[in-house]
Amino acid sequence: MSQLATDFTSAKNLVGPPPSQKGGLALRTWRALFGTPLNGAISIACILALAWFIPKTINWLIIDATFSGTAQDCRKSAGACWAFLGEKWRVMIFGVYPAEELWRPTLVMGLFIFMVVASMFKSLWRKELLYAWAVTVPVLLILMAGGIFGLPAVPTNRWSGLPVTLLLSLFGLVLAFPLAIVLALGRRSTMPLIRMLSVCYIELIRGVPLISLLFMASVILPLFLPAGTTMDKLLRAQVAVILFAAAYLAEVVRAGLQGIPRGQYEASDSLGLTYWQSMRLIVLPQALKMVIPPLVGTFIGFFKDTTLIIIVGLFDFLFSVRAPLADPLWLGFSTEAYFFAAAVYFVFCFTMSKYSQYLEQELSPERRR
Amino acid sequence: MSQIDAPRPGAAAYADQVGQRLRRGGAWWNDQHVRSLLYQVAVVLAVLAIAGWFASNAITNLSKAGIATGFGFLGREASFGIGESVIDYSPADTYGRALLVGFLNTIKVAVVGCILTTFLGTFLGVLRLTKNPLLARLISAYIEVIRNIPLLLQLFFWYAMVISLPQPRQAANPIEGVFLSNRGIKVPGLVLDESHWWVAGALALGIAGTVWLVRRARRKQEATGERTRVLPAAIGLILGLPLVVGFLAGAKIELDMPELKGFNFSGGMTLSPEFAALLIGLTVYTSAFVAEIVRAGIQSVSHGQWEAASSLGLKRPKILTLIVLPQALRIIVPPMTSTYLNYTKNSSLAIAVGYPDLVSVANTTMNQTGQPIEAIAIFMSVYLTLSLLISAFMNWYNKKIALLER
Repeated sequence: MSQLATDFTSAKNLVGPPPSQKGGLALRTWRALFGTPLNGAISIACILALAWFIPKTINWLIIDATFSGTAQDCRKSAGACWAFLGEKWRVMIFGVYPAEELWRPTLVMGLFIFMVVASMFKSLWRKELLYAWAVTVPVLLILMAGGIFGLPAVPTNRWSGLPVTLLLSLFGLVLAFPLAIVLALGRRSTMPLIRMLSVCYIELIRGVPLISLLFMASVILPLFLPAGTTMDKLLRAQVAVILFAAAYLAEVVRAGLQGIPRGQYEASDSLGLTYWQSMRLIVLPQALKMVIPPLVGTFIGFFKDTTLIIIVGLFDFLFSVRAPLADPLWLGFSTEAYFFAAAVYFVFCFTMSKYSQYLEQELSPERRR
Repeated sequence: MSQIDAPRPGAAAYADQVGQRLRRGGAWWNDQHVRSLLYQVAVVLAVLAIAGWFASNAITNLSKAGIATGFGFLGREASFGIGESVIDYSPADTYGRALLVGFLNTIKVAVVGCILTTFLGTFLGVLRLTKNPLLARLISAYIEVIRNIPLLLQLFFWYAMVISLPQPRQAANPIEGVFLSNRGIKVPGLVLDESHWWVAGALALGIAGTVWLVRRARRKQEATGERTRVLPAAIGLILGLPLVVGFLAGAKIELDMPELKGFNFSGGMTLSPEFAALLIGLTVYTSAFVAEIVRAGIQSVSHGQWEAASSLGLKRPKILTLIVLPQALRIIVPPMTSTYLNYTKNSSLAIAVGYPDLVSVANTTMNQTGQPIEAIAIFMSVYLTLSLLISAFMNWYNKKIALLER
């Protein structure tokens, strides 16, 4: 016993005090950047690159930029032409939506963003939030389409711009989700035919590019419907996005189902619950909660992918941003337009990705304990 | 993750079990197996009914519109031009050949792009992990920006960049022999003659020999624990052998430099503006994802592995190659598979910048022939086959490097 004690004391003597954490923030930063020769060289190279890049960018963005005026004013200076955006921002955001009704898509976007931001707070995750969404979704559609409550009807071929991108992503997720759950359950079912069908569907959709589904929806789907029926073009693209999203979401949900311990299934069986009861009450609530962060990640992907609808001739945000580029008075300002579009997409996607990282920490099992 | 592996009997076993239950008596509709069978039959019938309804509508609609069906159009003359092609093609060739040209163009951009993406992404991923906070933050900012902007927008941007390059006469000339102009990117080409076949043969032989040597060394290590140095022999086989053979066969290294003649360049190899924009856009976009995969892979190897290896007396490069990389690869390979798949599928966005890939050629084909079902079926099945092939190969590779738990 005493032997052990001495061993401990000698070990204690061997281990020195912890490395000093002295020095302020400035000193620690200095050490991190220039502590070793290699680090110093890397830092200097980075600083040189930044010193070259940042002034150039600021010159282009602000100092040399033209904030108002005509295309001629813009061409005189070397900087960005924000006058172009000032002139065209309505078209860029709302596309060809009737000009006198622009308050409607503005309200749609405002309501949408408000609801999304509200849904981000974990403290608001209650049944009431679902009811609120259930009210919001028809309101969004009525605002966009009109035709009742004295709102002039706006046909979907005039729907364009950022509202279309937002609505397409929202409905893509909301409607794909139930299908995804069915597919995920089907893939883990004990019934061989159901499992086979689910696997075939998921692998088929995941194996082909989204463009091919959009082509199918825009060219082939009308052929598959009885002669004389017409289906709205935007709705067809929406169907393609839903079918596409469902396959990817199904895999995310399946990961969640696999993460549920077997005991949970067995316990619900032994309580005498039927398959659907045990899924609805025991398994899915736990599984879905686990996959919320990857779901947000998948959603970011769909949000970016909705840009593809311009290939089949629909007008999303990217399309309406590009439309003014063809204006003969304002030729040659594509960089400004793309910068604007990139900034908008970045803000949406980056917020969501940071949020998913936050959720991951918030919902992780270690944290819950 | 615990996986639930309930017993999954085949169809014959099912029928057998159901038979046994029924013989035992009891209401048949309360039997679990009968019910499951009924559900399955109902679902399959519903799916078949919907498919049949679609098919019958399609047949009626097509015959009403007087559109021919079947793949007969593949043998007819395409009569449209294709901007660039790996094989000989003229508008007088058939639709079948036009689609083959599109397919080869897709393969071209996918193969070149996947290789470039792997290098660029790995480079970024490793840089992201440096101890230098400035560099690490710069790289992570870059990755965040690239990942959060839609690919199509980036492709439009790069295409606008490439076509706003100066005319060939004022082409930018960053390195000797490389010209950037709005006609595309010109790089020097290699003048090839018959002697180069010998060199290529020697290279193939050298690679085969190296593979054999590596395998022998591995077998020896497994049997005796001794490590054999294969690197010098490998360099000799892969570099030396082709050089010697090339010298003996009289192969010359002669570069075909692009030259400005009149309004355009002659000589050298050309990357068309469309190909260049697509390749740059896809590679930049995908490499940001690869960087994250590589970073996660390297970070997944715990620090204890480095410490344990160095306490065994291994040097840093050895630790990296023998201890860390084999473990990191296990994490890296599965997501890399889907990244390569995504790259190939995303190359279908070529249609947006006018690069004649498979989808773009098929689109022209269906506009001309009025047979969308066949054209879309062709490219969907091609992508599906490619996807299945890549994932089969990657599964095989994954199994090979997977953890062998003894």
